[in-house]
Amino acid sequence: MAGTQYRGSEITDVDQFLNDADGLVSEREKEIGQHIGYRYDVNLTPDYDRLTPFLVKYMEVMGWDDLNWLEDVHMGYEDGRPAVFDRNNNGWVRIPDAISLPDNQQDRDMIARELLVKFQMSDRHPLTSLRKAYMKF
Amino acid sequence: MASMTDADLATMTQEERARALGMTTEQLTGKSLYIEFDPDAEERFTYPWAPEVDFNKRTEIDTDDMTSTEVNSRIRALMAEGFGTIVLKNPRGKHSLGVGILSRLNLIVEGSTGYFGVGLIDGPNVRINGRVGWSCAENMMSGTVMVEKNAGSTFGAAIRGGDLVCRGSVGSRTGIDMKGGTIIVGGDTGALSGFMMQRGRMVVCGNAGKNLGDSMYDGTIYVGGKVESLGVDAVDAEPDDHDRAWLRRKLTQYGLMPEQGVDHFRKIVAGKQLWNYDNLEPNEKKLIL
Repeated sequence: MAGTQYRGSEITDVDQFLNDADGLVSEREKEIGQHIGYRYDVNLTPDYDRLTPFLVKYMEVMGWDDLNWLEDVHMGYEDGRPAVFDRNNNGWVRIPDAISLPDNQQDRDMIARELLVKFQMSDRHPLTSLRKAYMKF
Repeated sequence: MASMTDADLATMTQEERARALGMTTEQLTGKSLYIEFDPDAEERFTYPWAPEVDFNKRTEIDTDDMTSTEVNSRIRALMAEGFGTIVLKNPRGKHSLGVGILSRLNLIVEGSTGYFGVGLIDGPNVRINGRVGWSCAENMMSGTVMVEKNAGSTFGAAIRGGDLVCRGSVGSRTGIDMKGGTIIVGGDTGALSGFMMQRGRMVVCGNAGKNLGDSMYDGTIYVGGKVESLGVDAVDAEPDDHDRAWLRRKLTQYGLMPEQGVDHFRKIVAGKQLWNYDNLEPNEKKLIL
């Protein structure tokens, strides 16, 4: 019967979903043809020794002592490409090839956070057009 | 489209505006929806539409004879004038105070608020010197909220990001449906806290009521005191050094670090026994198809 036990696979390698976009490892995943669960550890808390200068400045501007909402931002993967989920756009935003990926998830998460803030605050974010079109007050 | 000015858009109906900005209902077949970051994006720290505020520019609002709507409108007007620190005096338990603030601001509430205080916020740092009613900071996106006394039920309902802190005790269903962010309770929390939690972190320095983390899908709950009972699919996990370092940092930041440290904190996570990814087993599908 479905839903009686966890039958997904564990994440064992930082490049797992870059090398294998489908990510079907466990028997159950192969059976249903679908990866079970997130493709990154959503519970991974940030390593504050790895903050980028941009993020330090962002925290200062906002008056925060830590990464605040960015603690929940991680680098994920979409169709075998590195990407970040943008909650303001309800979709993935891809990391360009020009950006080389570090060999560990913590540093990748810091890059993801920096890129996401810059994107959300830019005029090319879809929310900018949506506000112009639909904002009521 | 690119030459469309805000003045042009202002003369249009909403439907015309949406179409002029490329938002149509045409078929998307064959089109790519992929968006890519710009590696050379400008360094900007606030939304393009956010008012320029200065934390050192401070003002007060005496809310005694004002409705909640009037108070919230006044906050927006003052932010547009550049005030970065606003003090609300005589809140007298008004509902929905300080909702929908979408940029940086220091908001200080000198007193207690009613239901749904500071909900839907994205960025401000809020300090409430009194108590708060039900659903404080529901749907909070980012920022910090510090409540000095006790809070009602559904504290931080559906929170998505930011730090929500209550120095006292809170009611039941704390962090119900939380999808991110951090909720910290200095005292005790009631029954069904973390109910249907999907992501984020909850820290309870005191005791937790029954059915803690019931039906949680993901996320982490740390409890320093006693847990009356765990809910369905909430299971114990072993805290590691990274957990303890994060707890120390967070609790010290808000002045809630227990005298005995954080080594006694219990860690609760989802057992992932409720994860369903297809409605039917393949064999069942074959029977139907």
